[in-house]
Amino acid sequence: MISAVLILNARGHVLISRAYRDDVDPRSIASAFRSQIIATKVSDRSPVKTVGSVSFMFVRYEEMFLLAVTKLNSNASLVFEFLYKLIEILKAYFDGKLTEESLRENFSLVYELLDGKIVRAFGADTGLEIVDFGYPQNCEAQVLKSIITQGGMKDVKPHELSQRLKEMTGAVSWRKDGLKYRKNEVFLDVVESVNMLMSAKGSVLSSDVSGKILMKCYLSGMPECKFGLNDKLMLAAEKRKGSGRKSYKEIDIDDTNFHQCVKLGNYEQDRTISFTPPDGEFELMRYRITDNIVPPFRLLSPIVREVSKTRLEVQVTVRSVFNNRLFGKNVVVKIPCPKNTAKCKIHVASGKAKYKAETSAMHWSIKRFPGDTEFSLSAEVELISSTLEAKKWSRPPISLEFQVPMFTASGLHVRFLKVYEKSNYQAIKWVRYVTQAGSYENRI
Amino acid sequence: MSTPAKGAPGFFSSQNKRSEINEWRLMLSNEKEGVRKDAVKKVIAAMTVGKDVQMLFSDVVKCVQTNNIELKKLVYLYIMNYAKTQPDLAILAVNTFEKDATHPNPLIRGLAVRTMGCIRVGKIVEYLADPLRRAIKDKDPYVRKTSAVAIAKLFDIDKQMAIEQGFIESLHELLTDPNPMVVANAVKALSEIAENSEQVTLDFTPDIIRTLGAALNECTEWGQVFILDALSTYNPRDEKEALEISDRVVPRLQHANSAVVLSSVKVILRMMRWVGNADEVKNLSKKMSAPLVTLLSSEPEIQYVALRNIDLIVQRRPGILAKDIKMFFCKYNDPIYVKLEKLEIMIKLASERNIDTVLLEFKEYATEVDVEFVRRSVRAIGRCAIKLERAAQKCIDVLLDLILTKVNYVVQEAIIVIKDIFRRYPNRYEKIIGTLCANLETLDEPEAKASMIWIIGEYAGNIENADELLEIFVETFHDETPQVQLQLLTATMKLFLRRPEVTQDLVKQVLKLCTDESENPDLRDRGYVYWRLLLSDPAAAKNIVLAEKPVISDDTSTLPKNILDDLINHIATLSSVYHKSPELFVSDYKKKSSTLPNRSPSPPPSQSNQDVFGTSQQQLPPPTTTTNKSTDLLGGLDELLGGITTTAPIPTSRQSHPSDDPFGLDSMMMPDSNYQQSSSSPMVKSIPKNLLLSAQKGQGLEIYGAVVNQQGSIKYSLSLSNQSQQTLTGFAVKFNQNCWGLAPTGPLNCPALYPGQTENVMLPLGRQSQANTTKKNNILQVAIKTPQFPQPVYFQDKFNMTVLFENHGKLGEQDFLNAWGSLPDELATELVPTQPGWNKEDVRGVLAGHNVFYVANHSDQTAVNYYYSAKFVFDGQEYVVVMELMFPNGSNRFNLSVKIADMTFAAVISENISSLLLQ
Repeated sequence: MISAVLILNARGHVLISRAYRDDVDPRSIASAFRSQIIATKVSDRSPVKTVGSVSFMFVRYEEMFLLAVTKLNSNASLVFEFLYKLIEILKAYFDGKLTEESLRENFSLVYELLDGKIVRAFGADTGLEIVDFGYPQNCEAQVLKSIITQGGMKDVKPHELSQRLKEMTGAVSWRKDGLKYRKNEVFLDVVESVNMLMSAKGSVLSSDVSGKILMKCYLSGMPECKFGLNDKLMLAAEKRKGSGRKSYKEIDIDDTNFHQCVKLGNYEQDRTISFTPPDGEFELMRYRITDNIVPPFRLLSPIVREVSKTRLEVQVTVRSVFNNRLFGKNVVVKIPCPKNTAKCKIHVASGKAKYKAETSAMHWSIKRFPGDTEFSLSAEVELISSTLEAKKWSRPPISLEFQVPMFTASGLHVRFLKVYEKSNYQAIKWVRYVTQAGSYENRI
Repeated sequence: MSTPAKGAPGFFSSQNKRSEINEWRLMLSNEKEGVRKDAVKKVIAAMTVGKDVQMLFSDVVKCVQTNNIELKKLVYLYIMNYAKTQPDLAILAVNTFEKDATHPNPLIRGLAVRTMGCIRVGKIVEYLADPLRRAIKDKDPYVRKTSAVAIAKLFDIDKQMAIEQGFIESLHELLTDPNPMVVANAVKALSEIAENSEQVTLDFTPDIIRTLGAALNECTEWGQVFILDALSTYNPRDEKEALEISDRVVPRLQHANSAVVLSSVKVILRMMRWVGNADEVKNLSKKMSAPLVTLLSSEPEIQYVALRNIDLIVQRRPGILAKDIKMFFCKYNDPIYVKLEKLEIMIKLASERNIDTVLLEFKEYATEVDVEFVRRSVRAIGRCAIKLERAAQKCIDVLLDLILTKVNYVVQEAIIVIKDIFRRYPNRYEKIIGTLCANLETLDEPEAKASMIWIIGEYAGNIENADELLEIFVETFHDETPQVQLQLLTATMKLFLRRPEVTQDLVKQVLKLCTDESENPDLRDRGYVYWRLLLSDPAAAKNIVLAEKPVISDDTSTLPKNILDDLINHIATLSSVYHKSPELFVSDYKKKSSTLPNRSPSPPPSQSNQDVFGTSQQQLPPPTTTTNKSTDLLGGLDELLGGITTTAPIPTSRQSHPSDDPFGLDSMMMPDSNYQQSSSSPMVKSIPKNLLLSAQKGQGLEIYGAVVNQQGSIKYSLSLSNQSQQTLTGFAVKFNQNCWGLAPTGPLNCPALYPGQTENVMLPLGRQSQANTTKKNNILQVAIKTPQFPQPVYFQDKFNMTVLFENHGKLGEQDFLNAWGSLPDELATELVPTQPGWNKEDVRGVLAGHNVFYVANHSDQTAVNYYYSAKFVFDGQEYVVVMELMFPNGSNRFNLSVKIADMTFAAVISENISSLLLQ
């Protein structure tokens, strides 16, 4: 599988390198990466590259490269998944920030993680390894973190040891036993990203919602959770059983995928989502919906007219199409301008608008956008005339950013969340919804 | 240690560091464990930041003799890091490892085994074997899991020993371990070993497959991938098992980890080969489509891997994603590698139904920033034109729009693809040449120039100022690349042959330039060839230079079937990302034949060019025999004939059907039973397959077939060949009511047919009682349907009635005489053998093979008579057929007389028997 994992900075200098097999030499790997991939700009054109007999697979993250190399016909999707998992783990350790800086400061911790050896955890004796011989083993950030901590000496008592081992090799590798909370609480966040592509003429070319359901669990013991959505097929399955009473607006989910804790067999059988959750925060499921989507904002026939070689006229109207009791937050409309823009005269009815040279676009932001309303922007853009025969402006699309709390573009909502535990406690449940912009583009 | 080590001179450049090392050395030999521990920690901290601390090796190793677990682990870590450079010293620690391998703490046991495996020194191997053997049987799953991986490590160090010591068998045993993680790691270790060794094969029994399936539900995501990858090498015994495995795997498609999803797809696609039931295939395909699309919302690198794989899947089963083309539209911010792959898939999914939206998208992309992406988008429009005849006009309109943008590289690319379109649809769109000529001066790339010149030359007859246009290029002849020069030469020739009167000077000039002033041998040779042709035989020159060129088709990125098959087996791996077989980039990949199973229901190779190279599906062709090879061959030839080096390759699939297969592959590869029958008794000639449905009538599906009788069971032996441009799947068959009540008793088990592919299929037939008995004939009316056809195709077959004869139709001599006497009417036919080697002695054998039984013979001076009998059942009643064959002496001809109670059958029987006899 993976012969070595390296983390390099943008110039290709090694920050971390760990070889799992001796068929490669990390040093020559790094120099090959510099000369064959960074220098030749292959890094922008493809995430996979063979040099000689070595295959390089790399992910770019914050001006760094995470690189895995192999000489075999390895499973490429597994390697990339692993690299992303590694990012996740490192982020979990560095308080959400994985940068060159934070890596440098925590060299030995990273090595411990990659080696699966805990150098600093005293008395704690688990050989928990992320990778053995290039085979990924256990990458659940939560469980790892409970054992390997930075400088913190997590004390794991000997009698817990066998328990740990069971966790690592057992069926429920993502949760440790014996958790206790005074208050049993579950938070559910339904986050929908709307992807929309509109043509210049205003017709929707493609639209879909990719949603995820995030869960924060503070539950004691080994709870068994059951979870229900207004999914058409799930409701149909319940009706067949005769247990579906209330009528809901039904939605058609194209595809779902679940955290590994969800029992996929049950889902395949009768669409029930049942699971034993990991402790703390995790992503329970992701879904994709393409039918009957209500895009919360629409651009009404935007006009970007190139009046002359030095002047551009822009008119954009944004309309919110959700209930007027709701409102959109942090709405930003980005209207692209040519690179040679000199200045923009912008008039807006609401919010603030400004030309930002670094993105060569006007950013029009509206903090609070009530439902069922319209705002417009008109602008005159002056361009610097150039003597060169300028290349035609490529007219990138106008893009939107927004958040609409308590609204789902797909109409999805959580019908129930049940928690069963031996001790039979009552868990408090909280559900929030938010819809945000994914790739929300309108061509001009 | 009293003397300081002399190694690593650079290290001693600093006094501070020297004292540091000495200080650590002292600490390491301190009697207090706490001090030693601190020292090791410091050493390791130095090691992790890249300082050289190997001179402390022996001091650190000494510390391993401790009961303090933590200290022990630190020392292990140190040893692992330096064992390679200090192998002899590492051996010193072996005793400790051995001891630790029996430690009461399972973690220490596991750790010891793990660390020993990491000390990659030949010598360690002999010490490793015993602890490893114990670890395999350990009661703790963690230790067993670690030992499975350790076997892979051992194999890596010393293959021979790993095999001789029986560790491979141990891995096999671990496959049935109750703990899922042990199973997963064992299966991974085993597959990796098998991949790289000739001596080890992955041979799963159905029981193992079941345990693997059970473990699948319970292990980590990585473990699931390991198991799925292993399952994807398994050949199920039958359709039922294939479906069982698929059912187990289908829920995994919902997993959040894309590696799990792709590996599941791989397993399901493999199992689908064994599934004949069209509904099941459809059902499985449907289940895969949404998860595949969902992969497009993951991180870009994962999307890239997914898209490369989807490209393969779309070639194999286009139906899976046919409706999802919109999901492949490029987003403005997609990385370029994702965009390019999406483009490729959009071309593959483009159809007459969605071409309008697709063209709009391509046009949009053609205005983007990245030059390569823009060029490929323009090319994509051309490729769609070549692929979809009815959309060609629309595509050309878009291309003309793009030419009007005057963006240099867009115009050039457009001209290159328009040249291809002209080759695909000759003499259809020459109206647009005017627009193209207006852009002559923007062309500065050789390929675009060559394309333009080719167009001018090809349509020289229609372009009035063709000579002037060509002259523009001739002026700069010496500055052009050989590609352009060659093209210019040929174009001038074409022009001259069409309009000799005005262009004599031009052609002379160009020929002179090519022969006298050029140093390029190709150019010179071609120049001389033309020149001599013109001198010796202008008419021949015309025939050669203006010859009609073969029509091209677009297969720029379609892979030959055998390579595609191989790649489909490697979905999710690097091989599927590169679109290359693993042998081509993994140095010691097992050079075994790839995995197409013997049990596979797709027997003969399709009758296309490539398969002739490969001779058999089992063997991968040598790496160079991809399409390119044949393209180059034809392309080179074409060039000689005055064409152009096209970028769109020439079609390689031949319109051929099994019977004119020159290599006799077809008969070699006939479905086993049929083949055995004819080989065991060579006398028996099988009923030849007739053309039942021509490609014209069958919407591209061509069928040859015959009803045959195999050991008492009646079967329809069909060979289906797909000559359309689309893949045909999910065949269903229905018979019209016939007097024999013949109807299929099973589904038409035909795997998906790719364009150009041929499959031989046996359709089991049975007789139902409720037959329509009014018309007595041997006609079968059949309808075949696939989801790709708008309506079913029909054909009619006159089958050979002898297949319905019972195998107990032999009459005794007396019975025969009685029957002969009691039946009044007789149908006599005179037969003339035409086959050269025909011999009357063979007759008996031939007929016996078809349940026509010899009863007796009788010879007199004038003739030899043979008597035969047969029986069949019709409408619940048994009929007896009695026959006489009379061979008059001295004549080549002979007579066949048939007697039967119901004489309406006689004609058919006589005809069918004669056809057997005269074969």
